[in-house]
Amino acid sequence: MKKPSQNAVNRRRFLKGAAVSAAAGAAALVAPAAGGTQVPSTPPPRGTAPTPSAAALSAETEPLSVETPADLTVENPGSDFMVDVFKSLGFEYIAANPGSSFRGLHESIVAYGKNQNPEFLTCCHEESSVAIADGYFRVSGKPMLVMAHGTVGLQHAAMNIYNAFVARVPVFIVLGNALDANSRRPGVEWNHSVQDASSMVRDFIKWDDTPISLTHFAESAVRAYKIAMTVPMAPVVLVADGDLQEEGVPDRSKLHIPRLTLTTPPAGDPAAVAEAARWLVAAESPVILAGRVARSERGMALMIELAETLHAPVLGGGRDMPNRHPLAGGGSIATADVVLALQQDDLWGALHTYRDQQERSYRTLTKSGARVVSISSGDLYTKSNYQDFQRFAEVDMAIAADAEATLPSLIEACRKLMTVDRRRVLEERGAQIAAANAGALERARTEATYAWDASPISTARMSMELYDAVRNKDWALVNGNPNRLWNVDQFYRTIGGGGAAAVGSGVAIAVGAALAHRKHGRLAIGIQPDGDLMYAPGALWTAAHHRIPLLLVMHNNRAYHQEVMHIQRMSNRRQRAVQTASEGVGVAITNPNIDYATLARSMGLYGEGPITNPKELGPALKRAVERVEKGEPALVDVVTQPR
Amino acid sequence: MRRSILLTLSLALFSPALAWTQAPAAAAPKGNAEHGKKIFDGSGCYQCHNYAANGGGAGPRLAPNPIAWAAFARYVRAPRDQMPPFSRKVLSDQELADIYAYLQTIPAPPAAGSIPILKP
Repeated sequence: MKKPSQNAVNRRRFLKGAAVSAAAGAAALVAPAAGGTQVPSTPPPRGTAPTPSAAALSAETEPLSVETPADLTVENPGSDFMVDVFKSLGFEYIAANPGSSFRGLHESIVAYGKNQNPEFLTCCHEESSVAIADGYFRVSGKPMLVMAHGTVGLQHAAMNIYNAFVARVPVFIVLGNALDANSRRPGVEWNHSVQDASSMVRDFIKWDDTPISLTHFAESAVRAYKIAMTVPMAPVVLVADGDLQEEGVPDRSKLHIPRLTLTTPPAGDPAAVAEAARWLVAAESPVILAGRVARSERGMALMIELAETLHAPVLGGGRDMPNRHPLAGGGSIATADVVLALQQDDLWGALHTYRDQQERSYRTLTKSGARVVSISSGDLYTKSNYQDFQRFAEVDMAIAADAEATLPSLIEACRKLMTVDRRRVLEERGAQIAAANAGALERARTEATYAWDASPISTARMSMELYDAVRNKDWALVNGNPNRLWNVDQFYRTIGGGGAAAVGSGVAIAVGAALAHRKHGRLAIGIQPDGDLMYAPGALWTAAHHRIPLLLVMHNNRAYHQEVMHIQRMSNRRQRAVQTASEGVGVAITNPNIDYATLARSMGLYGEGPITNPKELGPALKRAVERVEKGEPALVDVVTQPR
Repeated sequence: MRRSILLTLSLALFSPALAWTQAPAAAAPKGNAEHGKKIFDGSGCYQCHNYAANGGGAGPRLAPNPIAWAAFARYVRAPRDQMPPFSRKVLSDQELADIYAYLQTIPAPPAAGSIPILKP
């Protein structure tokens, strides 16, 4: 890295000098007194200008031929090259709360990169920046750039970096930092500088680097992108040093940006896949446990193909199966003779029930002799410190591979083993599962009627009113879960859950996902918990500022309700007054109630509510949908039952 | 732990226990439904079962047609699954009877077929 010389008046020294001058006050910028050295002890009488000295007169009247010294400006700053690197990687957006440690990069994105690919998304909190990138990836399949201070910005961002890590979502994070102590401005820049910026999050990112040259930056940026997008995907961090950003590039032709070639996801070992197929085809009551299998519509199509080949039920389908597919749901782990677990984040939890009483206990769900086959890229990548890997699950076959990439060979292997007689038997099984699922759908319809007219409004009523407002449109849910009665027929209709429960990230994930849906003209909708919103509601402003169409419907139960239940559980175990929890100390979001519609309107959204009468909900949602279809974000506050 | 609970609660949503009702109810001690409603809303029942006892993601539906009194009382005192135990020390027999009386007053919902937006 180039070091500033002791004598050079470099950028940093200029800034330091400017700061001192500013501290001295505007007096230093007025014309000097006569002789250039003396300041009159008394000001001249009002209306009388001081007589300039000969030198001052000459300086003020000579021709404007003085060039700005070269050491005050820069040509081809390094951050322009960094923008070239970002453009080569195809980033569409960069989400950031502005920060001086990446001011060079910020300026280059706008002035040099023309604020296109990547386009700057103004965020009110680094936590929101990361969550917006998280949601954007879930729809677009492409990582988003995030910029933050290497210190305080990263501290804000850390929680959602962890959530993205747990959800195996790639986010490309660039941290500004002033590594060279000789270059730092005194004061706050020292506070905002760090020896090893990434160390704070290294336990829950996949890779990081601190390049010390622009060539190094380019190589590491391409490497970081490749690593982030290699299954299992995860966030990566690249530090953009302040001097690298701000110093000039003497010869751009000597800099090279490597070509990106993404890795193909690993498919399962053919021999193991063939053996798994034998078990599955021979099974009498197999169950497919679907985790995060599908990464695209293709993944969902493959899941359907596998289920229809085996005539086996798919549990926990999420984005993997259309929820009205005859084989979506049904079956039972308790009666299964073969369990095929695909990309399960918590396989132990799926195979056991756990009882949260004073004396904790668990029960294995699988019957004796049942075989469990796991296909998961989780076996390819495990870290130590954070415990997101969950409890160790005993299985009979563990195929360390990407489930989606393995499905074609597994389907083919199953088909090869299928005889006419076997197919007939399995078809009968499939018909029984389909009939059971049809019955379950009807029961869900009846369940939705309970408390239909209640106030606070039932969550089923809220969900069905929302669905009714959008069912004939190309909707996409970007926050919350769909009701069983919704027709979730496409991969893009949902985005899957946040990692690590993701409390506090839901609204920004929704904004990022809605942004990705915008180019497709889809109507993005979300069910927004009140507690989640209040962590960083500034994401609403980002949606309004960048004209991101999105309808958020508040699931406003006026509490951190999960915690309400936890405190109640503690009180009951200890046999204390049960009112302890109901009083809501530390968990209720009341007194005063938050007016979310006004909050939304204050940030430029269309807002309605709070709605407590269920009969008023449908019309309010239709009005909000009209606004969203015109390109606005909107929020409808609904006061709901707790769950 | 939190994830385990969330998972369990999520599974509970789809379990047969969702319809935790049974008709007709067995004989129960006389209770004050109005008082029962206050206890239901104040003692924590609503947290998992909702104010209308219609159930939700964290607990099964309790009404209309609650399960038999004996089974109801037994479960509240010594739950087999995730529900926190309500001992006599925090919820008297009379209060439990009042809650049960309240549950018995909850009317049947409208038929699904009568609600346009629930039609297939």
